[in-house]
Amino acid sequence: MATRPARRRSPGREAWRRFRRHRLAVASLVALSLVILGVLVCPLLWKVPIDDIDFAAKLAMPSAAHPLGTDDLGQDLLARLAYGGRISLAVGFAAMLVAVLVGVVVGSVAGMASGRVDATLMWVSDLFLSLPQLPLLLLIIYLFRDTLSALFGMEGGVFLLMVLVIGGLRWMPVARLVRAQFLSLREKEFVDAARALGASRLRVVVRHILPNALGPVIVAATIEVASAVIAESTLSFLGLGFPPDTPTWGRILFDAKDYLDIAPHWALFPGAAIFIVVLTINFIGDGLRDALDSRRV
Amino acid sequence: MSWSYLLRRLLIAIPSLLGISVVLFTVLALAPGDPFGELTNNPNVPAEVQAALRASLGLDDPIWQRYLNWLLAMLRGDWGYSFISRIDVQALILQRVPVTLAVIGAAQVLAISIAIPVGTLAAIRPYSLFDQIANTAAFIGFSLPTFFTGMLLILLFSVTLNWLPFVFRTDLPGSGLTWWWEQFRQSVMPVTVLGLFQGASLVRYARASVLDVVKLDYVTTARSKGIGARRVVMRHVLRNALIPVVTLVALQMPAVFGGAIVTEQIFRVPGIGSLLISSILANDTPVIMGVTSVFAALVILFNLLADVLYGWLDPRIAFR
Repeated sequence: MATRPARRRSPGREAWRRFRRHRLAVASLVALSLVILGVLVCPLLWKVPIDDIDFAAKLAMPSAAHPLGTDDLGQDLLARLAYGGRISLAVGFAAMLVAVLVGVVVGSVAGMASGRVDATLMWVSDLFLSLPQLPLLLLIIYLFRDTLSALFGMEGGVFLLMVLVIGGLRWMPVARLVRAQFLSLREKEFVDAARALGASRLRVVVRHILPNALGPVIVAATIEVASAVIAESTLSFLGLGFPPDTPTWGRILFDAKDYLDIAPHWALFPGAAIFIVVLTINFIGDGLRDALDSRRV
Repeated sequence: MSWSYLLRRLLIAIPSLLGISVVLFTVLALAPGDPFGELTNNPNVPAEVQAALRASLGLDDPIWQRYLNWLLAMLRGDWGYSFISRIDVQALILQRVPVTLAVIGAAQVLAISIAIPVGTLAAIRPYSLFDQIANTAAFIGFSLPTFFTGMLLILLFSVTLNWLPFVFRTDLPGSGLTWWWEQFRQSVMPVTVLGLFQGASLVRYARASVLDVVKLDYVTTARSKGIGARRVVMRHVLRNALIPVVTLVALQMPAVFGGAIVTEQIFRVPGIGSLLISSILANDTPVIMGVTSVFAALVILFNLLADVLYGWLDPRIAFR
């Protein structure tokens, strides 16, 4: 096809134009960026240590000294929320990467192989879809936590375990999406053309098919971040995630739940933080679906 | 619906159940130490006794033999003893299953009775104000984690307003109507938390499903015959639109069990979810394995039920 430099929008530009039409998604993008920025910058500006115990100020309501109040040991909640938020968000993004990586590999193999390999892989992904996720997560963390903590330190071990297990239990939607895209794309003329020009199987997959399957994968990946953040918070809320001295948002809620009557702010701030992050990610995912998923437009 | 369809579905469920049991056993076998062999790791037990114990417990057998033994024991209902309460695991679980099923069942009924009317109304007038509000509410609903909704409800209805109790009691005083009333009062919040979360995701599916059916030719035909709008929706559209929703309810089951665990833990409902958490905190491995297996079996059971229901609602499926 001849090049037409003028009046041709790049795909990224076009997607951004469509994304902007989803007002809630744009607002969410701004809000989420603010949260991420706040979590990253806050420790630089607000230099209160997260474990500074001060019984005189215990369970204090928000004030100038403690903008978000304190917990039962008088520890500053703003500092703890910022610290925990970085871990919660890091778990979310890392688990998403694991899920997408596994999903893309499984989906590509299934989509290219067809026949028995395809059938087996799809059976496995159906099987994983019908696993009771939370009980299994709890079981795996219960069984492996001590070993990994001994190897990588308490925080590192739990982080690694969470990311691998949450990601390892959530690759199936991505795999099915990628496979579906492969099944239709691999019959297209441009793939035939690439093959006729002598492109290897790997090159056809990586250069020609995968980029075209990217849109739905990005949408699914966005949603994965939200579910991973929820999964991490749920585990920490049940007291089975990060250790007490690692104040992820779920862990703060777990500690706060017995003080609802005297210190509601302690539970409300981390809860609201989780809610805002998950809600904005879901809205961004919806906006991205309008922008990138050509099947829906 | 034919018997052969039912049989076929049953036969498909068996490999899934076996597959899940392999996953569970692999997790258990890969775990460091011998989770079932606390005794064999005790330094006070002499080495030869340890070896004898290991042999008698079958811990040195090849892995496939251990899997078969474990599977057969699970199938026979021989799930071992709880390390903590020293009673049969299956007795412990059976005590708790009805509560969990009751809470989940009530929550599903609530979710469906919210999601279907709202989803249908939203789909009949797509992009109307109602649709937009419903859509935003649905997004908020499934972005609110169950543990946070639970705490918000406790804060509002128990702490501030003091209307509802926030601890679930099994030993409710009174009998007859007062007992039922108390039971209702203490179930409101757990059921609402779970039902709203579930309903929020169902709304979007119900809307999409109705939207698909409204476009079909037979609906236009029904309209052109002069049938009223309400009757077209109730008699012609809904019957077909709800079929996929049935499957979705079943496919959501794993997520619902996750929500149930959290809800039971917040409100201290004595179901298998809170049993799972308390046994994890107490390192009670036989109970943990038992409860996880029960959850897995329930998921398969609900998938099977959905398949059967689907075949009954849509006879075309059964002939494929």
